[in-house]
Amino acid sequence: SRQQVADLIGADPREIIFTSGATESNNMAIKGVARFYKSRKKHIITTQTEHKCVLDSCRSLEAEGFQITYLPVQKNGLIDLKELEAAFQPDTSLVSVMAVNNEIGVKQPIRDIGEICRARQVFFHTDAAQAVGKIPLDVNDLKIDLMSISGHKIYGPKGVGAIYVRRRPRVRLEPLQSGGGQERGLRSGTVPTPLAVGLGAACEVAQEEMESLGAIAHLVSAACTSASLEPSYVLRAIGADEDLAHSSIRFGIGRFTTEEEIDYTVQKCIQHVKRLREMSPLWEMVQDGIDLKSIKWSQH
Amino acid sequence: MAASSRAQVLRLYRALLRESQRFSGYNYRTYAIRRIRDAFRENKSIKDSEKIEELVNKAKENLEIIHRQVTIGQMYATQKLVIENPGNT
Repeated sequence: SRQQVADLIGADPREIIFTSGATESNNMAIKGVARFYKSRKKHIITTQTEHKCVLDSCRSLEAEGFQITYLPVQKNGLIDLKELEAAFQPDTSLVSVMAVNNEIGVKQPIRDIGEICRARQVFFHTDAAQAVGKIPLDVNDLKIDLMSISGHKIYGPKGVGAIYVRRRPRVRLEPLQSGGGQERGLRSGTVPTPLAVGLGAACEVAQEEMESLGAIAHLVSAACTSASLEPSYVLRAIGADEDLAHSSIRFGIGRFTTEEEIDYTVQKCIQHVKRLREMSPLWEMVQDGIDLKSIKWSQH
Repeated sequence: MAASSRAQVLRLYRALLRESQRFSGYNYRTYAIRRIRDAFRENKSIKDSEKIEELVNKAKENLEIIHRQVTIGQMYATQKLVIENPGNT
């Protein structure tokens, strides 16, 4: 299974550590690297559109005295490479940028980021949960030092993932979980064999599917975020208006989605939007040419 | 072992499709059928007998996987999806 995971990303099987999922992998990468090098390095760079577990890990590190730079994204959802370069400090230990975003589907310029980090000898971690098996990711080609992999995002079982930790040059990290020393001492705890086998098989299938797809672009399917009334912070980061962020719905498309399902969903969407608009006084105003942003709402 | 004949390959193809039709899950059923057709179409011009043998073995393995999953799926069948009901779209 380790070999199967390694083959998918061009790594050595000794560089693959099994975890409970990408959330744990992200926690390990960020907290682990930060804490190991904390005597000399106390700065981390990441982006505003990372997954909650990355952002939360960074926030908890701030409470430990680390300094984090959260790079903004442009309207297209991509970071500005010049801003990334400008953000480096002599005590930067890690850059963490996700390969593909789970909410808006954008692909960050991983190759360029890898080059920039390698040139400055700063470790580069990427949360590849949404990207693995959909776009080719070779850790040596792209100069990636740590990578988070999610089992269920590539149609494997839930409850398992992996983290790639480079051996040459060696990336050191402080383990989150202490114990019997499994997984090179980086992640103690009995490896869940059935889940690991499932992850390996999923990686192998993903590799075959990717090869047969050729150049076809794949829309990524995603589903995370807990139930919350807050609008998506990712949509806010790309500059969407409040009302747009509040009223957005995300449709996931994946390996098993059929054309019929897409057609059906589109039809239903149109039908319901029309129905809601009929009922909406705001829609009437829009049709009369009124700019909704100019409305002064009175207090009740 | 004799090389796989055209008749054998076609028998396998039909067996795979027939088994896939038995999936109670809409998404697995449609994916399996589509994927089988695409894979056989993609490889229809292969002439190298070793490669053909390799593909035939993989197909046999997949037939067994599908059979297992069809059986488990039928044990734990759920309701039909809204899109499977006639009269929608």
